[in-house]
Amino acid sequence: MEEMLFYNRLQFAFTITFHYIFPQLTMGLALIIVYLKWKYLRKDDERYNNAAHFFMKIFAINFTMGVVTGIPMEFQFGTNWAEFSKLTGNIIGQTLAMEGMFSFFLESSFLVLFIFGEKLMSKKMHFFMAFLVFLGSWLSGWFILATNAWMQHPVGYEILEDGVFVLTDFVAMFTNPWLIPAFLHNQLASVVTSSFVVASIGAFYILRKKHLEYGQMFLKTGVVFGLVASLLLAFPTGDWNAKNVAKYQPATFAAMEGIFETEEGGTELIFIGQPNMEKKRIDNKIAIPNILSFLTYSAWDQEIKGMNEFPPEDLPDNIPALYYSYRIMVGLGTIFIAVMSLAAFFLWRKKLHLKRGLLWVIMFLVPFPYIANITGWYTAELGRQPFLVYGLLRTSEGISPTVSSGNTLFTLLGFVGLYLLLGLLFLLLVSKAVFEGPKSHSH
Amino acid sequence: MELLWFILIIIVLGVFFVLDGYDFGTGIIHLFFAKKEKDKEVISKAAGLFWDSNEVWLVAGGGMLFMAFPLLYASAFSGFYLPLIMILWLIVFRAIGLEFRSQFNYQMWRDIWDKSFGISSLLLALFFGIALGNVVRGVNLGGVTDGVNTYAEYYFFAPLWDSSFSPLAENPGVIDWFTITIGLISVVTLALHGANWIILKTNSSINEKLKTVVFRLNIVLVGLTIFSLAKWHLINPTPFKNFIEKPYLFALPLLYFGSIFGLFFVKKFKKETHAFYLSSLLILGGITSSVASMFPVVLPSTNSINPSLTIYNTATTEYGFSVAIIWGVVGFTLLFVYLIAQKRLLGGKIDDMEYGH
Repeated sequence: MEEMLFYNRLQFAFTITFHYIFPQLTMGLALIIVYLKWKYLRKDDERYNNAAHFFMKIFAINFTMGVVTGIPMEFQFGTNWAEFSKLTGNIIGQTLAMEGMFSFFLESSFLVLFIFGEKLMSKKMHFFMAFLVFLGSWLSGWFILATNAWMQHPVGYEILEDGVFVLTDFVAMFTNPWLIPAFLHNQLASVVTSSFVVASIGAFYILRKKHLEYGQMFLKTGVVFGLVASLLLAFPTGDWNAKNVAKYQPATFAAMEGIFETEEGGTELIFIGQPNMEKKRIDNKIAIPNILSFLTYSAWDQEIKGMNEFPPEDLPDNIPALYYSYRIMVGLGTIFIAVMSLAAFFLWRKKLHLKRGLLWVIMFLVPFPYIANITGWYTAELGRQPFLVYGLLRTSEGISPTVSSGNTLFTLLGFVGLYLLLGLLFLLLVSKAVFEGPKSHSH
Repeated sequence: MELLWFILIIIVLGVFFVLDGYDFGTGIIHLFFAKKEKDKEVISKAAGLFWDSNEVWLVAGGGMLFMAFPLLYASAFSGFYLPLIMILWLIVFRAIGLEFRSQFNYQMWRDIWDKSFGISSLLLALFFGIALGNVVRGVNLGGVTDGVNTYAEYYFFAPLWDSSFSPLAENPGVIDWFTITIGLISVVTLALHGANWIILKTNSSINEKLKTVVFRLNIVLVGLTIFSLAKWHLINPTPFKNFIEKPYLFALPLLYFGSIFGLFFVKKFKKETHAFYLSSLLILGGITSSVASMFPVVLPSTNSINPSLTIYNTATTEYGFSVAIIWGVVGFTLLFVYLIAQKRLLGGKIDDMEYGH
């Protein structure tokens, strides 16, 4: 049983981590493509249209990857988490079905029309195609987040005698207080990833002295989007989410902040240190007193419950991983704000393209928003443990009773091999597109 | 409500097999008949432009199944664990085969992805047919061994095969001679459907030859169909019960046999759309007839201890159905609007069209 649970969790974690490399770029990039098409409409400058097509090409590679790695996610609810599906399908089946029906359709149909249909339609119509692709990708995020929000903070349900969850209030799923902050935070994080990608390609072109006019355009677009999004990511959305965790998942909050014991007269904010689970303390700690109480409740002396106040079986089962994930996300987010602010300052002084050192930094920073996005999700998901539906259904109760650990390991190994191949091909094709650069699409 | 949602899901999955079916079929034809580079390119484009928007019907159908019949979703997906995961892997190879072939202009690169597209399409057609065969045949619900349940009465785990390869084994495997027969029917049907699609959408040099291929595959299909029907009573002793009670259901098998009959005249059709519509009806007729003969059972139990899964004992709540119908109406309208809009904008022969590229 333990082994079955372990391999099921590992397979889901692996496949979802790999999957989320792609949608986090496409959602944000769709927004930037809409912006570029809008500039093209306004200014009638061919270069904006070429840039939009260039990024749509990168979008399309990511979209294909997202589709083929996304279908396994939908399937795994049934294949590996049959008890979970049986017990909660009445509820999350609604949002997952809506995702398939509304958003995925929109995205895939209009992506083809955007790429191949420009000559068949007017300029405004082609802009509208880009907008529909954007709408589809964000709706997709909305329905997935609604599903996840219900698991984090279940609402609008009733539990029958046999343990089955049934829906009693459909609207509540979408007015869930967990949903809006989580959705905004997630979408902004996606915009950060795509702005870094856009800015990084711009920096690369300038440093390499190729496609210079596009280099400037990408750099400017990426830095402006990146600065705005990374600021909004920290405040208000990051703050709002942290307060939700403190309110609805206090045990998780204590674990991710590394608070082992309740502190009288206000709780410290820990910056650095390693959780020592054996001695129940943070080693090599650097912390400032009372700050956490202030940040969370705007009161310096507000008491925050430590992990000691909760039954051990209700605490997240991998506290160090949760604690580090949270810190990596926040730390990287802070670095993004710093780099983007500096870049924006030089952009305003019209000197950014001359600051080669900073351009190198921007170019090589590109993997880090991906890491920040993924560790952000690890914070949410490790934080929800040991539950699938917070407080109500344990992860160990959700697995398929018929699928042996050997079978899951077999499919996990298959996914690892296949995704390694996919990852290599992905890098090859994206690099090729970037090296080739934007092409003219003039009629 | 159960019945309504069941019909909606069958429509969505039926459309999936018609639409993505021609992609699978295109892959099979590509694998065996496309020799010249120009043909290879246009034939893979005939699938490549559409596969992802066709595949969303599978995602939508899967999502609807999960919402409407969660217990069926849980039972069937965990029970058919290995074949389903392998279908996922094949879907990956099919997709990258189509998307990546034109990224580099090297013969070797193209050959690799053409084979990836062709072989995975062939296997997908086979696997989906085998899947239908399994659903018709049923599974050992409850995992009964020596008269005792191993799992809860609605769970099972189908091995890939049983050493006897018989559909009548105590714990029948995914692959047995009956399901393989249905799998072959699926391969043949989708291959001729794909050939019709290629004839309709391209000016490839093998179009005339493909009409002969359709004719010959049709003969094979008649043989396989007769064989499967002759053995059908072994897996379902009363296949005609529903049809006799509700004679209008006979329209469904009539659709199947009528389409086969019509396809023998493939060389005489004035319009290329006719053959494609016929093979589409053939697929819809085949799926709906199989489903109608089982109704209301959706996954039969092969043992006498546990009851079969039906649309009634696996359904969600009345409330769930009624809210879903509200967004479902909107969703369905949109699905068909997208489909029509896309087909209109990208209608006509692929190699005649001028694209934005």
